[in-house]
Amino acid sequence: MWFFVARRILYAVPILLGVSLVVFVLMKMVPGDAADIMIPPEAPKEVADMIRARFGLDQPMHIQYLRWLQAMASGDLGTSIFTNQPVAQELFSALGNTFKIALPAVFLGFSLGVLLGALAAYYNGTWLDKLFSGVAIAGVSLPHYWVGMVMVAIFAVVLNILPGQGMGPEGFPSSWEHIKHYVLPVITLSLIPMGIISRLVRANVLEIRSMEFVTALQAKGLKGRRVLLHIMKNAAPSALALMGLQFGYLLGGSILVETVFNWPGSGSLLNLAIFRRDIPVLSATILVLATIFVVINIVVDVLQALIDPRIRR
Amino acid sequence: MVRRNGTTLRLAALAATALMGATAPALAQGTLRIAMTATDVPTTTGVPNNGFEGVRFMGFTAFDALVNWDLSKADKPADITPGLAESWEQSKSDTKKWTFKLRQGVTFHDGTPFNADAAVWNLDRSFNKDAKQFDPQGSAINRGRPTYIADGGYKKIDDYTIEFTTTRPISYFPYVLTTIFYVSPAAFEKAGSWAEFAKAPIGTGPFIAKNFKPRISIDLDKNPNYWNKARIPKVDKVVLFPMPEANTRLAALRSGQVDWVEVPPPDSIDGLKKAGFTFVSNSYPHVWPWVLNTAKADSPFRDVKVRQAINYCVDRAGLVTLLNGTAEPSVGFFKKTDARFGNPKNAYTFDPAKAKALLAEAGYGPSKPAKGKIMISTSGSGQMLPLPMNEFLQQSMKQCGFDISFEVVEWGTVLVAFRAEPTAPQAAGADALNISLVSSDVSMIVRWFYGDNSTPKGSNWGHWKNPEFDATLLKMETATNQDDFNKAVISMHEMLVDDAPWVWIVHDGNPRAMTTKVEGFVSAQSWFQDLTSVSLKK
Repeated sequence: MWFFVARRILYAVPILLGVSLVVFVLMKMVPGDAADIMIPPEAPKEVADMIRARFGLDQPMHIQYLRWLQAMASGDLGTSIFTNQPVAQELFSALGNTFKIALPAVFLGFSLGVLLGALAAYYNGTWLDKLFSGVAIAGVSLPHYWVGMVMVAIFAVVLNILPGQGMGPEGFPSSWEHIKHYVLPVITLSLIPMGIISRLVRANVLEIRSMEFVTALQAKGLKGRRVLLHIMKNAAPSALALMGLQFGYLLGGSILVETVFNWPGSGSLLNLAIFRRDIPVLSATILVLATIFVVINIVVDVLQALIDPRIRR
Repeated sequence: MVRRNGTTLRLAALAATALMGATAPALAQGTLRIAMTATDVPTTTGVPNNGFEGVRFMGFTAFDALVNWDLSKADKPADITPGLAESWEQSKSDTKKWTFKLRQGVTFHDGTPFNADAAVWNLDRSFNKDAKQFDPQGSAINRGRPTYIADGGYKKIDDYTIEFTTTRPISYFPYVLTTIFYVSPAAFEKAGSWAEFAKAPIGTGPFIAKNFKPRISIDLDKNPNYWNKARIPKVDKVVLFPMPEANTRLAALRSGQVDWVEVPPPDSIDGLKKAGFTFVSNSYPHVWPWVLNTAKADSPFRDVKVRQAINYCVDRAGLVTLLNGTAEPSVGFFKKTDARFGNPKNAYTFDPAKAKALLAEAGYGPSKPAKGKIMISTSGSGQMLPLPMNEFLQQSMKQCGFDISFEVVEWGTVLVAFRAEPTAPQAAGADALNISLVSSDVSMIVRWFYGDNSTPKGSNWGHWKNPEFDATLLKMETATNQDDFNKAVISMHEMLVDDAPWVWIVHDGNPRAMTTKVEGFVSAQSWFQDLTSVSLKK
């Protein structure tokens, strides 16, 4: 088992290096750097040069990349060119804000997805199956920023019972006044994982139901619900893997959902960094998100291996 | 947008409210909440970024300049007024020298005095790279809007007098000082760096900036000790929220999360009015133009006839209708009602016949349309609604024989193109840029149109050069009496209209929407607004 984990961690290193390199190359392809955006032509050249030198923008791209790698390796995420604030501070605050909605969203999406998927399969072919499958397809198909806007229109504007933007007071949400800011973004974000997981669970359960061991269980006299439990145990690894992926996506922050709800998370930070060509913020954010994504996948792989001994082999 | 009507909805709202026991949180009386269009809280260090919206909300609120803007009137373009300087005078013997008498008795929010030492310390922040408070990013912004201050061109004369020396005689020098703000040197010493200072900035302004949460909000508390007693804020606090998405701002206003939104979407205005919100608009010196490329060898806009033809081919009234009245037609850099507009020979209207005739004179016709590629952005500061507006123009210009195509890019790419030469690869072969440029005062005319200020040295992107204009501009800069100055400005403006370096399209209407609780707001004809006169009905 430990060998399995170590191997997965080693695999992560080239993945992260590759991601960081791609980000650097892509930024090089975009016209202009942060200094071009920030500094009007009338600003004295010496000031522009100072800013470029301070952030290494005057160096060739490969030197910039190597310097950045060196800083990252020593845990220094750098300073934002625009705000002068440490990137670590901006990034972890944004990630924290995204985490606050991504975690409940993935939990909600996974729970509902498994429930709807299992029920749809259990009632295969009936109107209940059609209803639950319909909900799942709607979750996957409707653009979630649009659903967000419609929910804001209904619950914030017309009914005025839930706030339509912002994350409310600081700190851990403990009162309703605070929690209500989370309701609409969490529901909106949960739609896609709910839909995807529900479709997968339904298909898996149907497939497993037709396997011989299920017939054997039924022949042994096991009741329907106990049989379903065995089926679910077999369907769990792939659902879990998908949940991990979805959680990773959500932590990257949905730029669209965060824009609709004016949520100061990692998606909106990333968006801002791209438009400002703020390479220190952008590259550190991407690298940290990629790291989280990789870690989540390792955790999911380990969990899968724990549930399903075949994977360990 | 869903409207607030229908019995069922109202009943549902009542039921839901009763059920959940929750309405919008009760806020302290006197807190004005504003949703800006900015993507972030503008930098709080006294050198706001996010363009002039940043200056509007994080400049004149927490800080003062030596020269402020008088924003108390709505019926004429705003002009300057004494700020931290009580008076100023240009030397008669050496017109490059200016003496500024500083206001006595002004203290920063931390209680330390504003005086000549503090003023010089602040200027060192932007102009002296050896000073420990030198702030490269701040300097880039403060010096990026040309100040014409000579190297080492400022000094203390006595505790309340400073002297500036400019690189050339600049008659409008006080105007260029309106966006340089003054912060407490003692507060910087205590903070140790600008990054730390940004967390608790200290200025002299009518509001005290507190509780700065990057990308979320900042509080501006009333400064009861503000030096200008007539401008002590009426509200206890203003909270600023960056909210770049127009529909999010709209929902925040309609759901009671904010009291005031900048730039509501044009198609929401009727609904807002019906729902009992106040819509405020007053056009101001803001031009939404196409900046024409006169440097590119095959640009049709090298020919003045084509530049005039395209100005005769803008359906401005149609565009204003498209924008639901949130703009007004622009036929020059200044508004037509502005005394500085003058009497140009060309009074641009939508006149396809005249445009065709001018195009024919320039050698274009049905078999040879005037082709132009315009670089436009998908969004951006001051860009209004660039996609539908440009598509509308493209359609109307077809009637006159223009074949317009677009290079659609994101806002940053337009900025990068604008700061390079018009023939550089950054311009992607564009014959014009659609970029909304600041037109707050005469100094901006110099910036965008002076032949010697061409890119990449300056901001005259299109490299338009008119020797007569440049000569008049120098006359304006060296004028030592108001009459000569005014005459030169009018003459320059007439040339701008007739020689048409830009396509004059619309002036932005400065639209805002607010709840009926908001009282006392005067919509100044300016890029800036005064929040101190605003009160909230209880």
